[in-house]
Amino acid sequence: MLKLENVVWQLPDGEGILNGVDLTVPEGKLVVITGPNGGGKTTLAKIIAGLETPTSGKILFDGEDITGKNITERANMGISYAFQQPVRFKGLSVRDLIGLAAGGELGEDECCTILSKVGLCAREYIDRDVDASLSGGEIKRIEIASVLARGTHLSIFDEPEAGIDLWSFSSLIKVFKELKEKLSGTLLIISHQERILDIADEIVVVADGKVEAHGPKDEILPNLFASGGCSGCCPAVNP
Amino acid sequence: MNEITKQLLGAITDREEGFTGAYNIRVDGGCADRQSTEHILITSMTDKPGMEVRVVPGTKGETVYIPACVTHGNVDDLVYNDFYIGEDCDVTVVAGCGVHNEEESAARHNGIHRFFLAKGAKVLYLEKHIGTGVGAGQRVIDPVTEVDLAEEAVLTMDTTQLGGVDRTRRVTTGKLAARARLIIRERLMTDGEEWAKTDFDVELNGEDSGVDLVSRSVAKGNSHQEYRSRICGNAPCTGHSECDAIIVGNATVSAAPELEANHGDAELIHEAAIGKIAGEQILKLRTLGLTEEEAEAKIIAGFLK
Repeated sequence: MLKLENVVWQLPDGEGILNGVDLTVPEGKLVVITGPNGGGKTTLAKIIAGLETPTSGKILFDGEDITGKNITERANMGISYAFQQPVRFKGLSVRDLIGLAAGGELGEDECCTILSKVGLCAREYIDRDVDASLSGGEIKRIEIASVLARGTHLSIFDEPEAGIDLWSFSSLIKVFKELKEKLSGTLLIISHQERILDIADEIVVVADGKVEAHGPKDEILPNLFASGGCSGCCPAVNP
Repeated sequence: MNEITKQLLGAITDREEGFTGAYNIRVDGGCADRQSTEHILITSMTDKPGMEVRVVPGTKGETVYIPACVTHGNVDDLVYNDFYIGEDCDVTVVAGCGVHNEEESAARHNGIHRFFLAKGAKVLYLEKHIGTGVGAGQRVIDPVTEVDLAEEAVLTMDTTQLGGVDRTRRVTTGKLAARARLIIRERLMTDGEEWAKTDFDVELNGEDSGVDLVSRSVAKGNSHQEYRSRICGNAPCTGHSECDAIIVGNATVSAAPELEANHGDAELIHEAAIGKIAGEQILKLRTLGLTEEEAEAKIIAGFLK
């Protein structure tokens, strides 16, 4: 359902962040992208969602070339993106944001169904602004909820575990497991977390702006940890 | 009452039907209608244009409406309104002004409101200003609000001006006795060639008095805004002011917050931010399917709600 062909993305000074990514993400699977920091994972996610435009290469979504489509067009075609560092808004409430995501105003019951999936009580949160008054963990969960509310064909989560405490993390794993079982769509999760890697159908290892390995979890995961969890990038770990 | 007046009154007070309870309707410099109640007495001033509103001690849950309208050009309306709120009252005052101008000469309303709250009195003061009409003559509103709070009195002021007023100079001052609180929420939007200046000056004179002042504004087009606030702590007290402005287009904004602590236990804070809408905010809403224009409108509407 998603195919990247030789995608390159360079900084203005010519430094390559993505150096020719070829990737095929199958329909209805939970695919986890992992790899060392600075390897290009977040850039890859942003390129799929349209937040960055590739220097060269092609992106196909459900058979259609979306390389030239902007963020709004891709969102309306069925691509969602949960930011690694959620954006704060003065004056937009949790109910406003979840409503915008769902495409219409939501009642308390509907908000409750969505927010409870990320471990938040709707009554406590729906009228609060998505601003600096929320903790890092709270806003991260609301960010994930905004993607769940959309229920799109492809949902991308950029390090959903970042900033979330241990207790909430367990419920988050449950959410992804449920999504995997119920959704007809595809989940693309960027993560370093072993518990997220463990529920993947497929794992993609991205390092130095390229796909270093891609395959079923059972095939990739043992090698990943055999190499010190660093996919061979760190000479100190893998001399 | 003509259609323009009805529309202005509806927009200022959010009331579609006529007024009940205590009210005074001012149109083009004169009193169009007035009603007092058992607890709220409205009388004309004898030495200058305006009125006195006296609320008897202990009055709770009542609302007094005092909207003012200017419906055409070549009007310069100056009015003095004094409010004496008795001990332990809990009342709402709905003020505000609408100026409509289809002519070449200016239409101006200058309302000078003085509030005297007795011990323990509470007032919710709602003030909305609008300008309408397409005449070349300017629509000008220059409100002055002076607040004098006795011990434990609380005044919450919610003031809004969301467009159509060519020039405005808004001056608000406060003097607070012990344990009194002043809460101000200002929302302001200018566009085109409009000009707005807002000026707050609050003196915290009594022990444990406090002020919380939040001003949010959006400046669009070629408009210009100036914000100035001064909070002066003369006793153990708390003062917080926050000034946030979003700039769209070629608009300009200047902010000059001032804090003055004249007592070692005065705790005063100011926060200020001026700038365009954060690009990340637009991106986030676009990932939810909104266009850039829709995202911008949503962010501004939320910011000024």
